[in-house]
Amino acid sequence: MNRATLIFASLLALLIPLSLLAGRVWIDPFGGVQATPNAALILMELRLPRAVLAVVLGAGLGAAGAAMQGYLRNPLADPGLFGIAPMAALGAVASFWFGALLPPIIAAWSLPAFALIGAAMAMLLLALIAGRTSSGAGGGIALFTLAGLMIASLAGALTALAITMAPNAFALSQIVLWLNGALTDRSWGDVWIAAPLTLAGFAVLQTAARNLDALTLGEDAARSMGMDPRRLLILLVAGVGLTVGAGVAVAGIVGFVGLIVPHLVRPLTDRMPSSLMLPSALAGACLVLAADSAVRVLPLVTELRLGIALSLIGAPFFLWLLIRMRRGNL
Amino acid sequence: MLACSDLSLNRGGTQVLRDVTAVLEPGTITAIVGPNGAGKSSLLMALAGLLEPAAGTVTLDGDDIADLSPRGRARSVGYLPQSSDIAWDVAVEVLVTLGRMPYQDRRREPVDAAIAALDLEEFRNRPVSCLSGGERARVLLARVLAGEPQWILADEPLAALDLAHQLNLIDHLKGCAKDGVGMVIVLHDLALAMNFADRVLVLDDGKLAAFAAPQQALSIDVIERVWKINAEWAGKPGRHALITQVHD
Repeated sequence: MNRATLIFASLLALLIPLSLLAGRVWIDPFGGVQATPNAALILMELRLPRAVLAVVLGAGLGAAGAAMQGYLRNPLADPGLFGIAPMAALGAVASFWFGALLPPIIAAWSLPAFALIGAAMAMLLLALIAGRTSSGAGGGIALFTLAGLMIASLAGALTALAITMAPNAFALSQIVLWLNGALTDRSWGDVWIAAPLTLAGFAVLQTAARNLDALTLGEDAARSMGMDPRRLLILLVAGVGLTVGAGVAVAGIVGFVGLIVPHLVRPLTDRMPSSLMLPSALAGACLVLAADSAVRVLPLVTELRLGIALSLIGAPFFLWLLIRMRRGNL
Repeated sequence: MLACSDLSLNRGGTQVLRDVTAVLEPGTITAIVGPNGAGKSSLLMALAGLLEPAAGTVTLDGDDIADLSPRGRARSVGYLPQSSDIAWDVAVEVLVTLGRMPYQDRRREPVDAAIAALDLEEFRNRPVSCLSGGERARVLLARVLAGEPQWILADEPLAALDLAHQLNLIDHLKGCAKDGVGMVIVLHDLALAMNFADRVLVLDDGKLAAFAAPQQALSIDVIERVWKINAEWAGKPGRHALITQVHD
């Protein structure tokens, strides 16, 4: 266990109870459940599933960000680059269109189900492209990334089309709100969707970690060290697909976590991608949990959407990164 | 024994190697030389099993290298690419430990031995961004050594080094060859190939122009034919210098 893992695990252990207490209704930790009306209900049915979901979402995005930066050998890479998140978002938007056509018992779960189908379609497309680009002839990573960008661009355009042709004003506002990402009113049902998939995705990414280390020296050197480019690509698509797809399915688009977190973690490790994976998951969990707790207590008329809050933090951070890169400090 | 037989290779729709046949002996230093674009790096990559031949085969101890598992091949053949690009600013020891990847371990002994062999003790914990070009080249070679391969295939490992460091590194390479490791090195400097290689393989426009002991492979006839320059060797064995004059 490295230093970064210990630091972020400790921070998370501190943040989880704080997050459970914070909100429009503050819970007095010393007064017992009787001190705050409905404290047990608020804790068990609102705060706890929301906190667990924030941890799951952040952990998945943090680990996926670390893996993507390792794979693309680029500190500016983000899990969104593969087009999985935009495709999941497109799937979710489609559920606003077609969910009403389904039987009520299925319709309740149509949003996460459609989002996961969108993510799966992106993964399938990427796997098909991977079969053609990563043939071991070099240049596979660049071609594959461009393919991912193409998928992201297409999904973005189709999502925009779905928004402009929304069946009614209510659906339009629901789509836009959902796309901004949030954990408001999420239940244990959402946790049971996201947690196993994120855990499976993290496990897959962990198995790819040492091969990502080899990529530190470039694709040719990595292959000479026994890295199988096609296997690595499949592991990465599956890992990022599961973590990001699960995140989008339950929370909408939450950007910048995958970009920022590995940068917070890297100076505390030996900088190899494999050393970043677990601490990035923990740091991602901390960031999303802290941001979600903050949006709950901000004195605004309506709750600030989590996706917007993280973008407000992320955009200046991205600018700072660019300035550091320009100075050669990265 | 590392060998290629009637090896032809295409890259980007162009044929870069044509019917190259050579048998490389373990425990020797083979230099691959040739003009720019002759196919030196492509041949090295094909010998490392990193490029798929259009025709012909590459064999390692009689087995087709394409039939070996990526990890099995990596344990036998260490490859040092021309590029010294390192994506993350890791410490020297961390980078050298990467050499253990084919074995999926982080054993200290071979890593320490590789660091010691290339005089990198004082840089062990230093980030690679704080190293000079020469120091970085030694670190990258140490990474290959840490994998304890039977063959080391290096693409211009001396290019970034000053004269003293070149000689120092050559000593290390000779030491490896003495220990039974087969060394295959792409070189631009014909004098280095003449003085330090046991065998020289000359490529010309993707074809084998010569493969013999340095005196024969780098005879004035071959140099004039392949590089199209007037040249003559001066000095004595082991200390040859090439005196050149470009054709008018």
